[in-house]
Amino acid sequence: MQKLLLLGDEAIAQAALDSGLSGMYAYPGTPSTEIMEYIQASGQAAEDGVHREWSSNEKTAMEAALGMSYAGKRVMVAMKHVGLNVAADAFINSAVTGVNGGLVVVSADDPSMHSSQNEQDSRFYGKFALVPVLEPRNQQEAYDMIFDAFELSEKYRLPVLFRITTRLAHSRSAVVRREKRVQNILALPSNPRQFVLLPAIARKQYRVLTGTYEKLRTDPVLESYNRLSVGKGRDTGVIACGIAYNYLMENISDSAEDYHLLTVGAYPLNKEKAELLVKSCDRVLVLEEGYPMIEEHLRGLLDRDVTVLGRMDGTVPRDGELNPAIVAAALGLRVSYGKDVPSLVRQRPPSFCKGCGHADLYSALADVMAEAGPGRVFSDIGCYTLGALPPYNLVNSCVDMGASVTMAVGAADAGLFPAVAVIGDSTFTHSGMTGLLDAVLKDSPITLIISDNSTTGMTGGQKSQATDRIESICLGLGVDPGHLRVIVPLKKNHEENKAIIRAELYHRGLSVVLARRECIQTASRNKKAEAAGKNKKSE
Amino acid sequence: MKCDIILAGVGGQGILSIAATIGLAAVEQNLFLKQAEVHGMSQRGGDVQSHLRLSDSVIWSDLIPHGGADLIISVEPMEALRYLPWLSPDGWLVTNTVPFVNIPDYPAAGEVLAELGRSGNTIAIDADGIARDLGSSRSGNMVILGAASSFISMPFTALENAVRKMFRRKGEEVAEVNLKALRAGRDAAGR
Repeated sequence: MQKLLLLGDEAIAQAALDSGLSGMYAYPGTPSTEIMEYIQASGQAAEDGVHREWSSNEKTAMEAALGMSYAGKRVMVAMKHVGLNVAADAFINSAVTGVNGGLVVVSADDPSMHSSQNEQDSRFYGKFALVPVLEPRNQQEAYDMIFDAFELSEKYRLPVLFRITTRLAHSRSAVVRREKRVQNILALPSNPRQFVLLPAIARKQYRVLTGTYEKLRTDPVLESYNRLSVGKGRDTGVIACGIAYNYLMENISDSAEDYHLLTVGAYPLNKEKAELLVKSCDRVLVLEEGYPMIEEHLRGLLDRDVTVLGRMDGTVPRDGELNPAIVAAALGLRVSYGKDVPSLVRQRPPSFCKGCGHADLYSALADVMAEAGPGRVFSDIGCYTLGALPPYNLVNSCVDMGASVTMAVGAADAGLFPAVAVIGDSTFTHSGMTGLLDAVLKDSPITLIISDNSTTGMTGGQKSQATDRIESICLGLGVDPGHLRVIVPLKKNHEENKAIIRAELYHRGLSVVLARRECIQTASRNKKAEAAGKNKKSE
Repeated sequence: MKCDIILAGVGGQGILSIAATIGLAAVEQNLFLKQAEVHGMSQRGGDVQSHLRLSDSVIWSDLIPHGGADLIISVEPMEALRYLPWLSPDGWLVTNTVPFVNIPDYPAAGEVLAELGRSGNTIAIDADGIARDLGSSRSGNMVILGAASSFISMPFTALENAVRKMFRRKGEEVAEVNLKALRAGRDAAGR
């Protein structure tokens, strides 16, 4: 079969297409973005008519996916870990409704917070919702596991949570493809009330769900991903979950047969294998990327029957991504670091691109806020969060998608005036609109600045649902047309923009300032594409 | 055989095109390969690196162990120094000498070069200048790759073929100029 060089994300996408996928739903978020991007660019997906449009947010993506599953088709939804918080209502309840067509939910965690606000571990969501969780070790296994994920989903009529982390998502390796499966045909659920979670129905289905979850512990496919090998009698046994196995093998591949080893790629974990491991060694080292989930289970509340080493006792750092050196140290092996980083090497934090519209907006806003006083700018998730760093030092909050609007409202309720919220266009349609409605209804004296670069910039320039719609959305929600202002953030407009922002800032009611200039990255890309198109025409 | 390479630079400088070229060559050579990239926030002018691992047997970790890299290839001199903890004692460091200054406290260029000189097996060349002399200021990446080529465990012709394949879709001319850059880099390194 064909061999491809793929990112982990791309391997998942290709596998879904080869598993008979009919629809892909997602909102961009590092490190999950490339899954949808791959499917959007795929000729195979186009040929097979696979639905593959970005959704407004992870919740709408999850719900649309559930709808496609209702209609009997195979469907995948992908998001970053914090996106699963947004989708959680739909996700948790989709376990109670169960599925019809196979439904796989990919959640990409970001330990060490390379591009995130926290390092929450999606495996807990699997346990919370009572659904199977798969966690691949490498790109090939990610590809192969997706086939099983769809099969499991249809076998147990449950969504399957597919958990990856940044390192696998964004690492490239060779992947061998399998035979392509045809798509499911449209077929409604046999029970017309399956998706109707009225309390009487939900109670019945929840009881079924708790029973199914226990059956998962002995499912042969899930069990095939949890492998126990008995070693030659070392005193330490190791449980390695997901890609932690790679870091382990990097250190002990020459002596692996010495160790008692349980590698974990599927949850819920079967008790027998863990018990066998525990019985055959004096202590157990648990290596897992993310939270100490298995470790905590193994310790139990009383933490006394088994000697467990891991993140909770400091054998492994409590937070952050694993790597070969951390695992070597946990095994008591020598780590041979190279030279130290010379002291002259400086931090190089990310910064605005040269010519970025957000930067020109912040130049104007910084001048106005210098007059108003510090601590008044609430912002959000996107490139513009960089306004928190020098030279602007302007942004006082970045919490979750949409929180700029509502935190400003809350602070204004407390008496903070003036107060400003800065949000991007895509974040606004993701989760800012509902907060704006709250502000409209009480004419909250905040100034909402929507920095509209007409793309989802931070994740690489995906389509923004907000493009060409922001004015009509604001007016539709009830924003006063007299206090909906549009500025173009350019250096030459600096004084004019300052005057407009200042006027709206001191208005004792809700104002919206729309700062609109296309992202320079997408602008230059579009220009190049346009030029290439013209060349083709003239040929 | 194994060859562990750290590629270093600043977001937007295009270290991934170097990685892609080596990757393409490695696939043609039937080598195992793993390549970890940085996407997302750091791409906006922050420090970025890629761990590229080649081997004739299975590769476990996507990340190179500390002290295990055979080679650092950097398109920016200060960024080359950031990854010294990963470089093995007999590893090589190949870097561009042209600084990318987008922070207010960037050290004096002379100090950075002096530090590179103290860092063991170092090859530092003005890749941007060499590329400019060839009439293709955007091919500095291929100059650096050429300078590092003798430390990458594959024949030079394999890299040449990969460059040709990579850039051909942009036109024969672009492919030719990048091949020239690759060869000029190898010659500049004098190895």
